[in-house]
Formats: sequence, C-alpha cells, structure tokens
Amino acid sequence: MFDNRSKELRRLVIDMVDVGKRGHIGPAMSLIEILRVFFDSWLNYDPKNPSWEERDRFILSKGHGCLALYAILADKGFFSKDELKTFCKSESILGGHPERPHVPGVEASTGALGHGLSIGVGMAIAAKITNKEHKVAVITGDGEINEGAIWEAVMSASKHKLSNLSLWIDSNKLQSYGLTSEVLDLDPLADKFISFGFEVLEVDGHDVSQIRKTTAKIPTSLDRPTVVICHTIKGKGLPFAEGNPAWHHKSYLSDEEIADMYKLLA
Amino acid sequence: MRKTSLNSVYKLAKNNKKVVYIGSDLGAGILDNMKDEMPERFFMEGVSEQHIIGMAAGIAMEGFIPYVNTIATFLTRRCFEQIAVDLCLHDLPVRLIANGGGAVYAPLGPTHLAVEDIAILRSLPNMTIIAPCDADEMQRMMPQTVDWPHPIYIRLAKGGDPIVSRDELGFTIGKGIVMKEPIEAVYVTTGVMTQLALKASELLHKKGISSGVIHMPTIRPLDEKLLKKYIPKVEAIVVIEEHRRIGGLGSAILELCNDEMPEETSKIYRIGFPDAFADRYGNQNSLLEYWGITVENVAKILEEKLKIT
Repeated sequence: MFDNRSKELRRLVIDMVDVGKRGHIGPAMSLIEILRVFFDSWLNYDPKNPSWEERDRFILSKGHGCLALYAILADKGFFSKDELKTFCKSESILGGHPERPHVPGVEASTGALGHGLSIGVGMAIAAKITNKEHKVAVITGDGEINEGAIWEAVMSASKHKLSNLSLWIDSNKLQSYGLTSEVLDLDPLADKFISFGFEVLEVDGHDVSQIRKTTAKIPTSLDRPTVVICHTIKGKGLPFAEGNPAWHHKSYLSDEEIADMYKLLA
Repeated sequence: MRKTSLNSVYKLAKNNKKVVYIGSDLGAGILDNMKDEMPERFFMEGVSEQHIIGMAAGIAMEGFIPYVNTIATFLTRRCFEQIAVDLCLHDLPVRLIANGGGAVYAPLGPTHLAVEDIAILRSLPNMTIIAPCDADEMQRMMPQTVDWPHPIYIRLAKGGDPIVSRDELGFTIGKGIVMKEPIEAVYVTTGVMTQLALKASELLHKKGISSGVIHMPTIRPLDEKLLKKYIPKVEAIVVIEEHRRIGGLGSAILELCNDEMPEETSKIYRIGFPDAFADRYGNQNSLLEYWGITVENVAKILEEKLKIT
C-alpha cells in the first residue's frame, strides 16, 4: 500500500518544501495516492501538449494541496523536476497555490476555496454542448465544502445530469483549526450527496488498488454526477504530521525537520 | 435598454454558436426565443450567483462566450471573489449583464441599489466596465462584446430612457464620445447621466454659458487620450455619475489627473451619491433629486465652478 512510488512522490513534495521552507504539507500528503492513480491510470492527457482538446479536465479545487499536484505533474513530464526546486521563489511558475496558465497541466487557478467545482460544472456542461467524450474531475478538501458555493455547484451538477463530472473529496477529517467534526460537522456526508442526486462512492484514499477500482466504475450512471468520498489521513507518511493540525501549513521548517521527513520517506 | 441587450444576445447567439446565456432567476419568459431555438445554450440557474460566475468561467475556458445576466448588486457585492479569481485572474471573455445599475431599484431599498458596483469592479485587473446611455447605444455596443478578449461588466439603466446617442458618433469599447464640443467647461458622464448633462448644458446655453458633454460609456479602460486632450482646454470639469462619489468615474478621472497632469486636479468636481446608504425609497428620479442630481442643480454647480476658476 505504501510502496516506493508513494514514497518517491512524497519525496518530491519534500524537495519543494526544502527549497521554499514552507508549504501546506499535511493537505498534500493526503492527496498523493489519489493523484497517483488519476495520472498513472485514469486521466487521459498529453504532458507535451497540455491543452490537447480531447484531454480529461482535472481541477484541484483545494489549491493548497498543490505540492502533491506539482509532484505528479513533474513526475509525468509536464515540466522538469528541476522546476520543483524553485517552489515559491519570486520567478517560479510554482507558487503556494496553482495557477493557470503558468503551470502546464493546471486547468484553473485555485486557492480561494469553493471555486473549482463550479468551474468543473461549466467544463462538463461545455463538453455536453459539444458532444465531447472527455471527463471532468474535481478534487475538493473536506473543510472546503464548508463553502456554500460548493452546494450551489452540487445542485447544478445534479440538475444538468452531469454524468461526465466526478467530484472527489479528500476527506482527511481535519481542517486548519482542527477536526471537521468540531469546526463544522459535515456528517452524514454520503447521505447529503445522495439527497442532492449524486451517485456516492467511498474509498480508502491511500489504497491505490481500491482507488483504481473506483475510477473504473466512473461514470457510475448515465444521468448523475458521482462523488467519491476518499477517506484519507492528513500528513500521511509523516507520523509526526499525521492527524496534527499544526502541519496544515508550515511557514518555517528547520533543516532538522526536513531531514526527518526525508528519513521517514527513504 | 435591457430588452435591447437581451435581444442582442439572442441575435449574437443565432449567428455565433459560441454564445451562451446564463441567467439566475429572472422574470418569466425571458429570452424564450433563445430557450426554444437554442436550448443547449440557454441556462437559468437559480439564485446561485457565485456558482453561476464559476460555471461561466468553466464554459468560457472551453471556448464559449457566456453572457451572464442578473441584478447588478448581486453580481458585484456577492460575487466579488468569483469575479476576481474565476473571471479576471483567468482573463476570460465572460460578459456580465447587470440589471438595475445605479438607483433604478430605489423602491426596493439599499439591498438592491447598485451604487458602488463601478468602484468594486474598477479595482480589478482585466475588467472592462461599460455603461451605455440608451438603447441605441446598447445596440451599437453589443456586437463588439463578442470578440473583446476580457471580462466585461455591462451596466444597464432602467429602460425607456430618452435616446440621445447618435449613430454618426459611433461606438468603440474603450473610447469616450464627445456629444457636445467643450469650450469653457465640460460635463463628463456615463450611463444615463449623459441625458441629464445634455439638458443641463442646454439650460446653461440659454444663460450664455458654453459647456460641452463628453460621454464615457466605457469607464474601464478609461479613454485617457480623450480626457488628456480636453481637460487642459477647459476651465471646469464636472463629472456626473449615478454612483457613489467614491471610486467611480470621477475618481478614475481624478486618479488620471493626479498621475499625469496634477495641475488640472482642482478643476474637477464630482457629482454622485454620498457616502451613505439610501435612507428612503421612492423611485430613481426622486432618489436622484434627494441627492441633488437634477438638471438645475448640476447646471448651478458647473456655473459656480466656472466662477471660482
């Protein structure tokens, strides 16, 4: 489950953190396996032609998880891995939140929460108007779906029967301040989505094989969008960060902390 | 004006398969012809303005030209972040057709007035702001919106406003229009305040005072070239706008002068709404009157301004 590839992608995250000495580490670590499956076996794309018309559209709505996105995009050759070593530098294309069109492979600039799903709905509607076959996938955080605009988008996706749209929730149960159950409880989350007209799937968001099997089920329906609730662990792979809200964002990291992270992921 | 703008959307959509209409929860029957003939490009999405902006952004990213239509103040106050991030940061060709710019919704109270919308949007890079003065100008303007490569905010007036724009003066996004050549003084206006300025100018003419009128249908980008040509030539510049005096056309002109011809700044007087929420209802005209925006008063202000200078 936590194989070399998962470790390698996490090491790429640390490479960026090592340069920037900062970053949303916890929110990136919970995403690694989901993004790995997306880019290894599910999404259609061409890293040499990121705007290829037939590509699948993928939006990381939780833009603060961009360290994981940059890692997989570099791994797939959208840009050189050397670029990772410029993270958050003045002239870098890789900032603390991902931006279109600076970063090849990034469909939408995100960071302000609650925007990506509406943009994804628009893309899925556009695909329906033009009878295009590509799919649209959006990842939000669980804290992110506190935003009311998300639920406007959910109603709209359901109204338009967007079977070409899937929403993936990185449900790491922890937002910046603390537990989502305490800050603004989302449960019963699956029931909420069922009542909004979505097909609901749940998956262990760190189990690559389970995630792969889940992607194979999409589209789950001909007339409904799908939500996949991915049960994850914030900070996964770094025991001192796992489930610890202090690791949501770090604005200073010592050389020792970085060395510890590399050691754990060796 | 509103009817003309929607008829234009219909015509544009008939000729261009990239044109899409997205309304929120507007009056029954709106654009039924488009709904019937092009249902795949007609959307009525409910009272979910924030989502609508994001959805329009996603549609525009796929090469379409969405015309989003709802009440001006809900677009600007509620959706500021969506407009800033989804539309302006991505610099997408989404058009916002804003019903009830200014004091149109006076009887509905301060929740519905759009009197700081220009200030809000003028602060955003890539945004274009257009306030036509009448239905004819709306008709001239709309076809130009199709190919404009940036987001546009189109501020609608009440409708049924007297036609003062003239075909021979044309319309180009980003260009001001000299409606009446300035000699001693000039009114600079936008939207339907141009009608008011033309009447005031007529009144002053009878008193032997010569005043020109420059209509600025595009507030952003500001036609700096035109303003820089005329401002130094006249003794007084009176800006009239159906908007708070904070942050609108008058502020834009003051900023231009401050940056490029500071010696002209004292010639400028701004007429607009005060720094307060409306404390009464009535109608558009009664609210304008309450806040001192009448033909007689703006004529008097220009006359006094001339005396001072």
